[in-house]
Amino acid sequence: MVSGLHNTGLDWPSIEALLNVLLLENSTTAKVVISTTVLGLASGLVGCFLLLRKRSLMGDALSHACLPGIGLAFIVMTQFMGLEGKNLSGLLLGATITGIIGVVLVMMIRNTSRIKDDAAMGIVLSVFFGLGTVVLTLVQQSPGYSAAGLESFIYGKTASITQQDADMIQAVAAVVFLCSVLLFKEFKLLCFDEGFSRSQGWPVNGLDVILLALVTLVTVVGLQAVGLILIIAFLITPAAAARFWTNDLTVMVILSAIIGSISGWLGATLSALLPRLPAGAVIVLVAAMIFMFSMFFGSARGVVRRWLSMYKLKRKIGRQHLLRAVFEIQEALCLEQSKDPANVAVPFKTLLNHRSWTPKRVRQLLRQADHEDHIDLIDGDNVRLSESGFGEAARITRNHRLWEIFLITHADIAASHVDRDADSVEHVLSPDMVRELEEKLDMLGIPESPHYIAQAARGGPA
Amino acid sequence: MNWIVDDTWIVIIGALTAIACALPGCFLVLRGMSMMGDAISHAVLPGLAIAFLVTGTRASFTMFIGAAVVGVLTAVFTQWITNLGKVDRGASMGIVFTTLFALGLLLIVQAADYVDLDPGCVLYGNIEWTTFDVSFEFNWGSTLVFVPRAAIILGSVALLNLCITVFFFKELKISAFDPELATTQGINAQLMHYLLMTQVAITTVAAFEVVGSIIVIAMLVTPAATAHLLTDRLHWMLVISAIIGASAAGIGHVLAIVVPPLIGFESTTTSGMMAVTTGLLFIVAWLFAPNYGWLSRILSRKDVENPFSGPLPTD
Amino acid sequence: MPDLAYHNKPSATPPLREDDHSPRAPLSIHDLTVAYHRKPVLWDIDLDIPEGKLVGIIGPNGAGKSTLIKACLDLVPKASGLVQVYGQPYKRQRSVVGYVPQRESVDWDFPVSALDVVTMGLYRDIGWFKVVRRKHKDIARAALDRVGISHLAERQISQLSGGQQQRVFLARALAQDASLYFMDEPFAAVDAATERAIVTLLKDLQSQGKTTLVVHHDLATVTQYFDYVILLNMRVVAAGPTEEVFTAENLHRTYGGKLTLLAEAGHALSQIKRG
Repeated sequence: MVSGLHNTGLDWPSIEALLNVLLLENSTTAKVVISTTVLGLASGLVGCFLLLRKRSLMGDALSHACLPGIGLAFIVMTQFMGLEGKNLSGLLLGATITGIIGVVLVMMIRNTSRIKDDAAMGIVLSVFFGLGTVVLTLVQQSPGYSAAGLESFIYGKTASITQQDADMIQAVAAVVFLCSVLLFKEFKLLCFDEGFSRSQGWPVNGLDVILLALVTLVTVVGLQAVGLILIIAFLITPAAAARFWTNDLTVMVILSAIIGSISGWLGATLSALLPRLPAGAVIVLVAAMIFMFSMFFGSARGVVRRWLSMYKLKRKIGRQHLLRAVFEIQEALCLEQSKDPANVAVPFKTLLNHRSWTPKRVRQLLRQADHEDHIDLIDGDNVRLSESGFGEAARITRNHRLWEIFLITHADIAASHVDRDADSVEHVLSPDMVRELEEKLDMLGIPESPHYIAQAARGGPA
Repeated sequence: MNWIVDDTWIVIIGALTAIACALPGCFLVLRGMSMMGDAISHAVLPGLAIAFLVTGTRASFTMFIGAAVVGVLTAVFTQWITNLGKVDRGASMGIVFTTLFALGLLLIVQAADYVDLDPGCVLYGNIEWTTFDVSFEFNWGSTLVFVPRAAIILGSVALLNLCITVFFFKELKISAFDPELATTQGINAQLMHYLLMTQVAITTVAAFEVVGSIIVIAMLVTPAATAHLLTDRLHWMLVISAIIGASAAGIGHVLAIVVPPLIGFESTTTSGMMAVTTGLLFIVAWLFAPNYGWLSRILSRKDVENPFSGPLPTD
Repeated sequence: MPDLAYHNKPSATPPLREDDHSPRAPLSIHDLTVAYHRKPVLWDIDLDIPEGKLVGIIGPNGAGKSTLIKACLDLVPKASGLVQVYGQPYKRQRSVVGYVPQRESVDWDFPVSALDVVTMGLYRDIGWFKVVRRKHKDIARAALDRVGISHLAERQISQLSGGQQQRVFLARALAQDASLYFMDEPFAAVDAATERAIVTLLKDLQSQGKTTLVVHHDLATVTQYFDYVILLNMRVVAAGPTEEVFTAENLHRTYGGKLTLLAEAGHALSQIKRG
């Protein structure tokens, strides 16, 4: 299919080259690898707050808003100050200035008009980027411009990071790290509950500006390293991935920084080892793979974990419904026929009519209960609670009835609705809660469940 | 200023782009998905690369299909990550489009000997050159009229979007306003969502192939937001945003010709200038819109209607 | 620093303005108007809340109940008017005011534990840059204990039920140890047990001499819960001790022609007569 790729193939690096890169022996490679790792760390940190503030795409708006600054700085430096146009700090200063203007504009549009965050970001992004292209076209006509110019800011040129770039990235990372630690609790409150934070007298807008200024710094130094589009990924992906592994903000922030660093390190290393792998793109793809893995297998909010717990809950509910149904039918039958309740057989059909089950579902539930040794299948058409099943069923039924009575007596819920409510509520009851309920109900003199049931519930099979 | 037929065509093409974008753009803004245009326009890169690698041609139709499919996939993946991973929609959008963009870059670099795709060209586009690519010519009276291909393409997209917006007006409206209500009314809100996303993808791809993506992103969001400041009625919002977008195209082109000489340069990119102009128009509306403008808000704070000036209802 | 003045507990400074408003009232509102796009949400509110009352703010949907609280806390801009807390502007009295926002106002998926949220009430006292210490966590734990969920302290907040989340918010306000509390719909969508627990807590606060304003919309329980009510419908229809103000006529004036609500009001009134 992809005719072009066969021929290119991948030239696997020699062990020597591998060690060379891994041990950072080559100073150019070392600069690149260390820079992207540090950049990943900084963006992972600040990205967490951005994600939790629901402003992830601010990085997008911001990185685009930096473009006119670069062009304008170039013009100002060459035309008015007679400087060399490629003075990096000058260009980055320009980028920072327009970046911050862009961010402030987004906040102003949002705060002073009916336009929402997303549209405000879209406007700033497109208009500033448009302005950026206008300015860059002008720059191309100016005398000091040489071909290897400012486009590198759009796509990045990771492989040619200079010492100056590396120093700048490390300085920014240090600032970001320091601010994240010092302002951790302030940012936490800002992201969680803006209204409360404001009512407490925290300068919400000021904190927002500090947070976004940190994002701007990361973006600006990142432009040079990984490019305008890919720095956005650096700000979002590690944080989003970290969220799947923990419910604790501190852990999340640390994890996110680690994931960012790993992506930066692995991406840059791969890119140095294998031909034709642009570092920026590889870094983003590594981060994306970590994200996908986390999304499925994350230990706190991963999809698999959620599915498993949902499956378990469903199974538990089904089992409780079945046992209660069999118990209630057995109870009714033995009242009619005054037999020992443990010896009454429940016909499959009666069971089927008891709830709105399909025959398939009932068979499935019965198989499951048989497996758990709660049900004896007498013959093809009749079932009965086993010895251990009887105790369990009695417990569940009693639990359920407690709830029913509780709902009737305590909350003003119409009695006709209680059964449905109780069905969904009892499955989230903890044993402690049940005990608490029992005490309350006993005090109120709630009638016991008919004769032997209560005994069964307390002391096993009657 | 030396205005020639080409300039007229550039303005017409810009205006058609504006109209094509404004219609889905209004719904994007109302649904809070304004960044989707930006996301899609970056994400289509692997679509272009794969379409090229598979067919080996740069025929625009294959590229168009490849890009449009990936554009819709961007929306699908975003939705998927949002629902499955319970990730904030903005974040999932960011993850999806940066990943696809990175994939596209990787493909292009890997096949650099075979693919002659300049990612820069995708972003900037070149509305100035569209008039050289003439579809057909005809004689109108004594003058020879030529019709650029871009005008045909964007005209068709604008027409398509117009038809979709007119035919599905109430469905689009209700699913933008309240997806759950739409579902209870028997309208498949999910389907309407993807219809809109397909519209955005087609518009984005068709437009950036001819005029560049900056102009598309700008025209999708900014005129719609401007119109949102000027009216409370959806159909007026659609009309006003189309008019604002078209005016921005005209003014933008004039500015692109007029402004650079003033500051000592020759000329600059028209599409960039059109984007800037949408921004200028937005600022005007932001400050001075009659009801929702900043100025009117400031004034109205001091000038609150007395609700009890009439006789009080007693029962 | 959040303004230095917060270290001053309510001081005996005379009010900024000499008029008929009582200088030491926990909350006095003068001519407050809040508007959204020229349309007023609150109109000429003039109120003095006496100390130590449990105050219900009652009114139909859209009457501006939450806005009243938010305007007092400087969370929405005022078109005009002055709000004073113990005779001084709110800005200088933040440390004596506790706020319980509506539960829906935050993202409960946020990666923090119940204890973390309660500790947030102490951030002002902790101050800029400093970290949360053991003693702060102990205060927070004690506050959680007061609302009866100290066993859930380490639980992530999304794993709490609606009622428990509401209790966490209450605990956060308690941790502040304020003397004037604003609570925005604390009874909205909570279970019966939580509602009872909150009421007990409110009465408890009252017995300590604290003043609490509660946005409430269940007319049936007004007389049981509150000893002071503000009937609000864009303006103050009536405000005063419950037994004087919570009358059929006033409810009628507050709720206007809203018949279903009137039926509810009728029910409430029949309870008054019974009680």
